[in-house]
Amino acid sequence: HYAAAQKQAEPAVLQPTPQPKDDFQEELVVRPLHSGDIYASFQFRTLWETDFMRGNKVSHYRLFPKSLGQVISKFSVRELHISFTQGYWRTMQWGQPYLPSPPGAELWVWFQDSVTDVDATWKELTNVLSGIFCASLNFIDSTNTVQPSASFKPLGIGNVTDHRFLRYATLPREIVCTENLTPWKKLLPCGSKAGLAVLLKSEKLFHSSFHSQAVHIRPVCQDWQCKTTSWELRQTLNVVFDLHNSGQGKREWSLFKMFSRTLTEACPLASSSKIYIDITDNPEQFELSPATSLLSQAMVLGDRRTFSVYDLTQQDTFGSVRSLNLLIRWKSTEGDMLRPLLHAERYVAGYGLQTGEIHTLMYNHHPYRSFPVLLLDSVPWYLRLYIHTLTVTSKGKDNKPSYIHYQPSKDRVRPHLLEMLVQLPPNSVTEVTVQFERALLKWTEYTPDPNHGFYVGSSVISSLVPSTVAMDTNSTRERPLFSSFFPCKEESSYFVRVYTEPLLVNLPTPDFSMPYNVICLTCTVVAVGYGSLYNLLTRSFQIEEPSPGLAKRIANVIRKMRGVPPL
Amino acid sequence: FTLSIYLSIYLSIYLSIYLSVCLSDSAGQFFSSGHTNNWAVLVCTSRFWFNYRHVANTLSVYRSVKRLGIPDSHIVLMLADDMACNHRNPKPATVFSHKNMELNVYGDDVEVDYRGYEVTVENFLRVLTGRLPPSTPRSKRLLSDDRSNILIYLTGHGGNGFLKFQDSEEISNVELADAFEQMWQKRRYNELLFIIDTCQGASMYERFYSPNLMALASSQVGEDSLSHQPDLAIGVHLMDRYTFYLLEFLEDIHPASKANMNDLFKVCPKSQCVSTPGHRTDLFLRDPGSVLITDFFGSVRKVEITTEAIDLTDPIKEVEERPANGDVHKEMHSYVDQLPVSEIIHQKPKQKDWHPPDGFILGLWTLILLVFFQTYGVKHLRHIF
Repeated sequence: HYAAAQKQAEPAVLQPTPQPKDDFQEELVVRPLHSGDIYASFQFRTLWETDFMRGNKVSHYRLFPKSLGQVISKFSVRELHISFTQGYWRTMQWGQPYLPSPPGAELWVWFQDSVTDVDATWKELTNVLSGIFCASLNFIDSTNTVQPSASFKPLGIGNVTDHRFLRYATLPREIVCTENLTPWKKLLPCGSKAGLAVLLKSEKLFHSSFHSQAVHIRPVCQDWQCKTTSWELRQTLNVVFDLHNSGQGKREWSLFKMFSRTLTEACPLASSSKIYIDITDNPEQFELSPATSLLSQAMVLGDRRTFSVYDLTQQDTFGSVRSLNLLIRWKSTEGDMLRPLLHAERYVAGYGLQTGEIHTLMYNHHPYRSFPVLLLDSVPWYLRLYIHTLTVTSKGKDNKPSYIHYQPSKDRVRPHLLEMLVQLPPNSVTEVTVQFERALLKWTEYTPDPNHGFYVGSSVISSLVPSTVAMDTNSTRERPLFSSFFPCKEESSYFVRVYTEPLLVNLPTPDFSMPYNVICLTCTVVAVGYGSLYNLLTRSFQIEEPSPGLAKRIANVIRKMRGVPPL
Repeated sequence: FTLSIYLSIYLSIYLSIYLSVCLSDSAGQFFSSGHTNNWAVLVCTSRFWFNYRHVANTLSVYRSVKRLGIPDSHIVLMLADDMACNHRNPKPATVFSHKNMELNVYGDDVEVDYRGYEVTVENFLRVLTGRLPPSTPRSKRLLSDDRSNILIYLTGHGGNGFLKFQDSEEISNVELADAFEQMWQKRRYNELLFIIDTCQGASMYERFYSPNLMALASSQVGEDSLSHQPDLAIGVHLMDRYTFYLLEFLEDIHPASKANMNDLFKVCPKSQCVSTPGHRTDLFLRDPGSVLITDFFGSVRKVEITTEAIDLTDPIKEVEERPANGDVHKEMHSYVDQLPVSEIIHQKPKQKDWHPPDGFILGLWTLILLVFFQTYGVKHLRHIF
């Protein structure tokens, strides 16, 4: 009867349904910095031709992580960018990073235009992401979310740019540690077991001057015609190892010294797995071993750089010992670093706990070209900005911005948002100053350690900086991942985003033991005052004769015996 | 010959009876604990660098519990401050429990569910009772049922009847007892083991009144729990004494170990701990000697072997692939201009949605109109207009 049941059923011939194609690439770029530190940038990219949006319920995930795929489809996300950073990127010593990120956590999301209630969806999305990344992203609410009106245009393809669907939030206080790296590593197809991800050991990664891990999801063009889109997931990890902390003062770096691991194989699921070492600055002053003959040039950050390439998918890269431990040795320390063209700083001036002034300085180091920058400032509501004191000066003269968007704050509801488009004159410093007043918070709104201070998120400066070489505008040519993040529309300039330092501001802090003191004092006063009054009113007084002395008592006894009245 | 036959038959009957009794005993013991899944809620309530030892306490219990089998999805780990990546930590991404940096309890795959400012009394009680907002992710919830054994470990600074959270609020023993009663009434646990390592910890379990609770504390009322040893390189005390010896005891436990609760009560006698650890078992229905350590600290799965056959060869229905949308004319997509300067300069200000006038304006206009009509009267309106 079992066999008969089988015969009755349709012959279960599985037609191979063409699965949407997905592709995984991994790469590591190592750039020795002028100060002796070394900058390593990992990028893992998964491309997937599927459609999360049009009602197809995607249930088979191969390389793309399921948790993120479900987030995209449930919350109708068009683009998602989240980064966790520990440390501050020092532009003047290290140059520009391949992928900029502010200290703390930063999340910005473009939603699809089918979303009706963007704020509710944003709140749910932040809660779900806080569970995925083990971070306190649930602290993102309306008091630190802004809706930029001109910055943060989508990095993926699309033509709708209604800024109603954009939300940006930053948590400058967010700590990054192994518990954020663990779920990040679990999103990779090979996990941390094969490929470049075996180098990601937390004990070395967090003992560094700068550590940043990010996830970027956006739709990209599939081919040069760009008629169909595929979803791109980029996981990036940037780390700068210090010469003295991790390098023991010697200008000699190797994979083992940086990561305490060596490479033995590429990720089997990767279509390409490469290591690029930047040898542009001093081609004769480095010694690379094992040597490689592969060289590649790429246009990145407005400059043509030369890289030595190690292809991990080739077995002979690993040599006879079956493991790759790159060694980079400096031979001399001469040479000047090229100064980055755009650089920014920010600090708080003033004294006392009532008022202060925020100064933002933007440096343009180009000798003869000026370029526009878009400055985005999001200040929490408890620093009350006096916008009438806003001044923008360059070279001592007033510099009127061509576009200003200001949204005032509402106490406990939303922060200040200030966006300005400023033209920076060549070879100059532009200073933006605004005065503020500090608010007194309610006593339950203080954090458990209020004397640490309160953080103000970094300012974001987006700009099109003139480049020294013609940039590549063909977006689909085969390019290394690190040079293809920001889309390039024109040849003479490239897009760059610079983040300033976050500010740490002290608010007037009450003495939290005062409620206890007040209760004690009040209760004492009430007890003493009321108690005394109550006693006076309710006690009745009787006169009591004191007991007579011994001699008198004996005399009274004798007198009683005699029958005479007592004394 | 017949004697040997009789003897063999007699022996075989005796052996079969003996074996069946044994098997039923072990089968009985196999299913005696009554729980099917294990959960752990591990809380460190102290902030600031000098309370490094409380984070190390919690992480060492986390490490033992994970090693004995409870997965991360069933552990709710709450750390009130970050010691591993604290800027004062000379060895970042590590938390040590033994001096000379022998054992890193932070590990390489730790998942902290509540961290920093999220560790509050309210969040702790919400996790226990399950009354969390609907958008809370799964990793932050205690999804236990009536067949779950839960281990709850608290550490921090405490006093007679309270435990301090993050230097700004306290939880009292009455609140905790009420939370456990709520859990009992909502059938959120089968058995619960409560361990607390603070000063005067025994006061925290004095007020329990729900059934199936067993409690251990590191010190009695009026006694202080002391810390174990400082590390001169890190500069702070690394662990508390009770949890140090508890960790030593748990390192010897493996998933098949038969150690029971009476061994746990003997951990850290007064000679080692200086304080007197206490325990409370009067609310617990089973005898502590029959409760295995792995009932709470491990996640031993019970496997039921069946000889039935289950038919898995149903015909697989093909998912018919919807044809890719039929529009042939797909427009060409392009990347968005990142900084369209001219567009931005000429950007029109957003049309603000019209809102009806706010309360103050409405009141002001009502007042004006009232005064107006009172002064002029309605019938004179036609003279005004």
